[in-house]
Amino acid sequence: MGGQAQARAVLRLSGITKRFGSLVANDAITFDLHEGEVIALLGENGAGKTTLMNILFGHYSADEGSVKLFGAPLPPGNPRAALAAGVGMVHQHFTLADNLTVTENITLGTEPLWRMGRSRAAARKRVEDLSRDFGLAVHPDARVGNLSVGERQRVEILKALYRDARILILDEPTAVLTPQEADDLFATLKKAVARGMSVIFISHKLHEVMAISSRVLVLRHGKLVGEVRTADTDKHQLATMMVGAEVAELEVRPHAPGPVLLALKGVSTPARGNVTGLRNVTLDLRAGQITGLAGVSGNGQAALAALIGGLELPDKGEMTLDGASVEGWSPRQAVDAGVARIPEDRHTTGTVADFTLTENAILESYGDAKFSRKGWMDWRAAEGFAQDIIARYDVRCPGPATRIRLLSGGNMQKLILGRVLERGPKIILANQPVRGLDIGAVTYVHQRLLQARDESAAVLLISEDLDEVMALSDVIHVISEGRLSPGFARGAMTPAQLGVWMAGHGFERSDHAA
Amino acid sequence: MEILDILLSATFWAAAIRIASPLIFATMGELICERAGVLNLGIEGIMIAGAFTGWFAVYAGMPLPAGVLMALLIGMAFGALHGMLTVPFGLSQHVVGLGVTLLATSMTYFTYRLALPEVTSPPRIEAFAEWPVPVLSDLPLVGPALFSQSPLTYLAFATVAAVAFTLHRTPLGLALRAVGENPASVEAQGLSVTGLRIGAVMAGSGLMAVGGAFLTMSAFNSFFFEMVNGRGWICIALVVFGAWKPWKSLLGAILFAAFDALQIRLQQTPIGAHVPYQVFLMMPFALSILALILMSRRAEVPAALMVPYNKGER
Repeated sequence: MGGQAQARAVLRLSGITKRFGSLVANDAITFDLHEGEVIALLGENGAGKTTLMNILFGHYSADEGSVKLFGAPLPPGNPRAALAAGVGMVHQHFTLADNLTVTENITLGTEPLWRMGRSRAAARKRVEDLSRDFGLAVHPDARVGNLSVGERQRVEILKALYRDARILILDEPTAVLTPQEADDLFATLKKAVARGMSVIFISHKLHEVMAISSRVLVLRHGKLVGEVRTADTDKHQLATMMVGAEVAELEVRPHAPGPVLLALKGVSTPARGNVTGLRNVTLDLRAGQITGLAGVSGNGQAALAALIGGLELPDKGEMTLDGASVEGWSPRQAVDAGVARIPEDRHTTGTVADFTLTENAILESYGDAKFSRKGWMDWRAAEGFAQDIIARYDVRCPGPATRIRLLSGGNMQKLILGRVLERGPKIILANQPVRGLDIGAVTYVHQRLLQARDESAAVLLISEDLDEVMALSDVIHVISEGRLSPGFARGAMTPAQLGVWMAGHGFERSDHAA
Repeated sequence: MEILDILLSATFWAAAIRIASPLIFATMGELICERAGVLNLGIEGIMIAGAFTGWFAVYAGMPLPAGVLMALLIGMAFGALHGMLTVPFGLSQHVVGLGVTLLATSMTYFTYRLALPEVTSPPRIEAFAEWPVPVLSDLPLVGPALFSQSPLTYLAFATVAAVAFTLHRTPLGLALRAVGENPASVEAQGLSVTGLRIGAVMAGSGLMAVGGAFLTMSAFNSFFFEMVNGRGWICIALVVFGAWKPWKSLLGAILFAAFDALQIRLQQTPIGAHVPYQVFLMMPFALSILALILMSRRAEVPAALMVPYNKGER
């Protein structure tokens, strides 16, 4: 790379400030991006990373400050101008039309609208060439709706390359990728940078930031709080800068398990659509114990969560709660039986986007005497409850009357945590509880789960992140094709040994044993 | 036996195509709106306004093509209103659409009364005459059915071809299909979601009005209240029937029109003496519902249909 000092500044942000109501999302942010450089923008949820990049791309207009691209000022609030100036952006939520092909999505908006025909062959050829050159394997004629998440991201990058982007912005690009796909992405970025591309890489995964960037900018509460050369820093220092305090190592004290609260004996559930059903699953959830469920996504985790959450009944086998066989079972009955549900998708099933924090806080408990009397809501009590959660669970928001869609994922998850933990649950179903969250929020959620365990809740932790499962769980089961492995005590298995089970080996023997 | 005779007669198919023509225009109009993500329930009222405008322009001394053009323009004006309210303001498409229908209908009747206060029976105009296509119109069955029609019918078929070509072969059509599926994809590529959607609603509404004008300028030669008679609503169903595809929607329009032509003829057969006429009137609608159920099960609805787009909202 060499000669950082002489490299031309391709992008200069000066004093960018953006407010949403009383929330200052970006506070006088100033930095340069140089040619052929990868800078990482690091920060917690709600630190203002995505807002800043949306200003740069023209989705929002800044309240103050200016953006200069290649020395020329960028007119605010105009994606077309940003595109023309050579900015390409890969959004966290992809901006692709599912009903169009890969090539159509890429060429959209690149030709004058009123032409009588499209130069399809030439466009297709160019897409093919780019995808070969940059190692972005995707078929140019495939319908985007049929692509995997990893392939869709490649289409997004191809969109930028097709327009000869000189600056590429990637917003949390690895959040949706498998480790293998993330490696491929890094290889592609290195190729692009070698050809003079400048990259802004938004992330909160420290090892990725260390691996890909040459300079790190840290954002906290909307302010730029630090700038370091990647070579001069380490993960621990970055984490401290990001959170604004020393990051506590997660401390897991041993805890004696209590009685079995929920038991499955030889349970099978039907497959529904793409959801794998359970096959002859036997599982005990004990009070004061975290039971971890490791496995590759789509192997029956959803079915198990649906079963315990009250959305599904066993086809075969028996489910017992506190020793009594479960007959009628619905989400309402599950909640009343003390099951706390932290759903996999906090946006669609965990919250109602257009409801306020108060309304979301009482979604499960609006019928309690605390919040309603003879069918009349007591909104003052409900708001008090929401205020409590906001204070006790550190939910960053303008107030309880805010619509929850305006919150970051981490803050949304904290509200959900508060909602279910405040009810003093007996069983906690935590399905991907930290997916998409940053260090601060991850640690927070984990501490809360451990605390609940210490207060004698039975926790079922479902996660695709093996490190997470191994760090927290007292007992680990592996799920594969709807089958469940025997429970392994903490520390009994290495990641490699669990990986063998995750790949579907070893189950035959346990089937006989059961 | 009688049904078979009817189905094999050229006059039956000629009537079916004639009945289908206004539906084809309006269905294409609705299809354009919905492909862009906007449900246009103003269709019924816009057809009424188009029917009156085209007819009145000719009655006031304009040539026939100018009458069609006037209808197109009035339709686009109502489309602009609908588009402004639903796209930048993001109001409910159902409420705005029904509002536009009520407004267009009432304004039309009001204008009619103002313009012709003394009239008891509506005056007739010299409407479009049939244009038999040389050679082709002499073919058996197909000739009289397809090639001895009003020029507006030919225009209707040309419109289907133009809509299909635009949607699938031009950059504009690509943008239109994208904006109805995921408006964010359009904005991220530097195009204007608002501009595309308003443009689509205006163009579509213009076609709806021309469909209405067909009734006064090529079928009844005069303007009556209630003459559109629910055709607009049928066109909304035809778009679903056609799975948002132009050629399939055309097929649906012809099928519906054929049912309609058939029931008129069945009423005149001996069966008609025994069965109440309402049953015959109901037939095309009942059969349409059945066809809708059978045909639209695997249709791909534009994903962003009826979803207003607010820039920058999460």
